[in-house]
Amino acid sequence: MTEALKIELGRRYRFAASHRLHSERLSAEENARVYGKCNNPFGHGHNYVVEIRVSGNVDPATGMIANLADLDAFVEREVIEPFDHQSLNEDVPAFCERVPTTENVCKEIFQRLKHFPKARLERVRVEETSNNAFEYAGEDI
Amino acid sequence: MVYLTRKIEFSASHLYHNPAFTAEENLRIFGKCNNPHGHGHNYTLEVTVAGEPDPATGMVLDLKELKEILEREITQRMDHRFLNYEVPELKGQIPTCENIVRVIWNLLEPRIHQGKLHRVRLYETPDLYAECYRNGAKPA
Repeated sequence: MTEALKIELGRRYRFAASHRLHSERLSAEENARVYGKCNNPFGHGHNYVVEIRVSGNVDPATGMIANLADLDAFVEREVIEPFDHQSLNEDVPAFCERVPTTENVCKEIFQRLKHFPKARLERVRVEETSNNAFEYAGEDI
Repeated sequence: MVYLTRKIEFSASHLYHNPAFTAEENLRIFGKCNNPHGHGHNYTLEVTVAGEPDPATGMVLDLKELKEILEREITQRMDHRFLNYEVPELKGQIPTCENIVRVIWNLLEPRIHQGKLHRVRLYETPDLYAECYRNGAKPA
């Protein structure tokens, strides 16, 4: 039976990283035109905020969809540890070929977190700055 | 459809403890939240009501009325309270964000007569929240 009410848990994390927006598919002029300051060859950085949402049954014994300690440890291992204080272009293999725009960062984080075994990943939101936010909910939405 | 959201804050204490678990299990599962003396949070509650604006008033519902409902049903019941001991609706439940948000939904839904309760989101801290909505009415 489907529950009448759905409950999701939202959790925010932070990491700081540098990136450079540059596409091998574009000429130097096109890169400069498309990416502007973000094409600076030395890169630049952001304090990223990652907000994730998971859903699942609330266990009556614990009152929880998933134990936060488990969720935090999983996100720490899959995202924060590999991304924090790194150059996304140089240190994260997924971005060797893919431009580390926050759209792509958001999708990459979703791919990394969708295997969380204790709840269903609903959505990933990445705030590159307090003025820019990107959300991804997988391809079946 | 227009979605209207009102925010309130309340401060309350709680602790996580399941009498069916041993002391060791309680500590392992709930960690610091198992402290028998409790601890507290400044909760932020966002309540979203969906509806069409009334042609005569231009409102989905009267915000004044929503404010009064939230004051009566939530603030008076939960603000500056120990959730485990002073909120009967939470009796027998661990007062996690997930459980509190469901209690809040069930308190508010029958009180809202103009528009429909669409979403309730409860922040325990700025980095942790639970959200409740009707299955199938997934919020944008």
